[in-house]
Amino acid sequence: MYRGRHWTMRQYARFASAEESNKRYRYLLQQGQTGLSIAFDLPTQIGYDSDHPLAHGEIGKVGVPVSTLKDLEVLFEDIPLDKVFTSMTINSTAPVLLAMYVALARKQGMDVAKLEGTVQNDILKEYIARGTYIFPPRPSMRLITDTFRYCKDNVPKWNTISISGYHIREAGSTAVQEVAFTLADGIACVQAAIDAGLDVDAFAGRLSFFFNAHNNFFEEIAKFRAARRLWAKTMKHRFGATDAKSCMLRFHTQTAGCTLTSQQPVNNVVRVAVQALAAVLGGTQSLHTNCYDEAYAPPSEDSVTVALRTQQLLGYDNGVADTADQLGGSYFIEYLTSRIEDGASAYMAKIDALGGAVAAIEQGFQQREIRESAYRYQKEVESGKRTIVGVNKFVSPYPKIAGLLRVEPEQAKRQLARLAEVKRNRDAVKVKQQLARLEALARTTDNTMPTILGCVEAYASLGEVCDVLRGVFGVQEEYRAV
Amino acid sequence: MTEPKKIKVLVAKPGLDGHDRGAKVVARALRDAGMEVIYTGIRQTPEMIVEAALQEDVDVVGLSILSGAHLELFPRITNGLQKKGLDNVLVVAGGIIPEEDKPVLQKAGVKAIFGPGTPTTDIIGFIQKNAPNR
Repeated sequence: MYRGRHWTMRQYARFASAEESNKRYRYLLQQGQTGLSIAFDLPTQIGYDSDHPLAHGEIGKVGVPVSTLKDLEVLFEDIPLDKVFTSMTINSTAPVLLAMYVALARKQGMDVAKLEGTVQNDILKEYIARGTYIFPPRPSMRLITDTFRYCKDNVPKWNTISISGYHIREAGSTAVQEVAFTLADGIACVQAAIDAGLDVDAFAGRLSFFFNAHNNFFEEIAKFRAARRLWAKTMKHRFGATDAKSCMLRFHTQTAGCTLTSQQPVNNVVRVAVQALAAVLGGTQSLHTNCYDEAYAPPSEDSVTVALRTQQLLGYDNGVADTADQLGGSYFIEYLTSRIEDGASAYMAKIDALGGAVAAIEQGFQQREIRESAYRYQKEVESGKRTIVGVNKFVSPYPKIAGLLRVEPEQAKRQLARLAEVKRNRDAVKVKQQLARLEALARTTDNTMPTILGCVEAYASLGEVCDVLRGVFGVQEEYRAV
Repeated sequence: MTEPKKIKVLVAKPGLDGHDRGAKVVARALRDAGMEVIYTGIRQTPEMIVEAALQEDVDVVGLSILSGAHLELFPRITNGLQKKGLDNVLVVAGGIIPEEDKPVLQKAGVKAIFGPGTPTTDIIGFIQKNAPNR
């Protein structure tokens, strides 16, 4: 990567329905794109079917609703799964969505071993920052290792986790905390997989990371470099990895949504460009650039185009990927890299002392640290110590943005009708049997994935599968402290 | 002379999104400004929020949402408050709320909507000025 080719320009996109997404995907494939990205709505992310009372008002709002395999069939109609790379931003329900994807591939008559894609599958940052958890951390970690084990044997090309610092930074952490908490989550995942009997070099090469590109240009470049150094050392010395691939920190980057301003929104185009440049100079493997209107609502078509053009402009007009680690050796960058590495190491030692990432989450450690940083940041903005152009300095009137995208209520109605039809027409006895099997299995330490697959193939819904697991694992209350 | 009574605020997150940075920062700022603040946590239904406002006998309800479900959820909260006789409670909101939705929400009884980038001092000032006298 770099020199020979650009980073992958991968734009996360949200569509309100399976039909709409399918149309868009087919268009993108015709245009030569092979990577698809799926954003799911919130009910799907936290294990509720579209007909659940809590889903009211949320269906299709931040992504596509998927309650049963049928929704995925519509989503991928006429798209052969062995010809695409699918990235699914899904966490607590990742095993269910992955099972549906595998089930669909089987229905299409594909060789499952050929499937390529990613599930985010990083539950720890959900407790720390993003909030779409269902079960307590320990059974959730077991579900993650279940997907590792299943994919290693059945879907070997699948990227089973994207360990994410992005949301940690969005919640208000510092750059050092972003590195430390993310890598500590990574350590917990690797340890859990080793404890589940996997050999480190058998899966570590499939781990990938996801970082934020925030405002402080040089600090951000150094942050990516520091994370890479720290991870390589961790894998080599802590876990005894011998394969060079196990020590590589491959990562996706998204520019920082929280830095977008609703004041003078066109300024965001420049903000995003500078952040994107930091990500490229930090060596990102793939990149999402935000749209300038996102402080208002999901992005318009125009703003989506500008966001992608920003990446192309960096890569093609400016040749910023003509070499790798472009600023390596710069006094300032090397100094900052070491400083971030030292700061993050100290934090990681603290998390180790608390008993590791999961124990630290249970004690509210990361949540508290982030909350303090977020409040300090806000204070700095309000006191003028930290400048945000157009917000607390160089303020001027600006025109309101027009043409915002809205979700039509008909899309939710169609989704509900499809779900009702599936529930009416499926073999109810088979569904019950499969769900009962899953319940029994969840109480053991055996891999749940094959049975989750059995459930979704019988058209058991996401909500039904999650309800069974809720019954066995319990439900996580919020770790609350203000 | 008696101390003026502290303004009591319920900071609540309706909807299913977990973006609680804003809610937490605002809760902390209101507390630092001398108010009594109760934070509900994420994923609260309208009914849970109304019930909490009633039980805690609050003067102000501050709603934070970034999922886009505000048009469905906010009116259910303001209606619920009215049904419980809490017409006096000042309801304010923050989050990602498009300009054209604001009149609808204001009509439903949301007295102020604070978008991204609002200084916490603006929110504190508005609440101090508009919270019901008791």
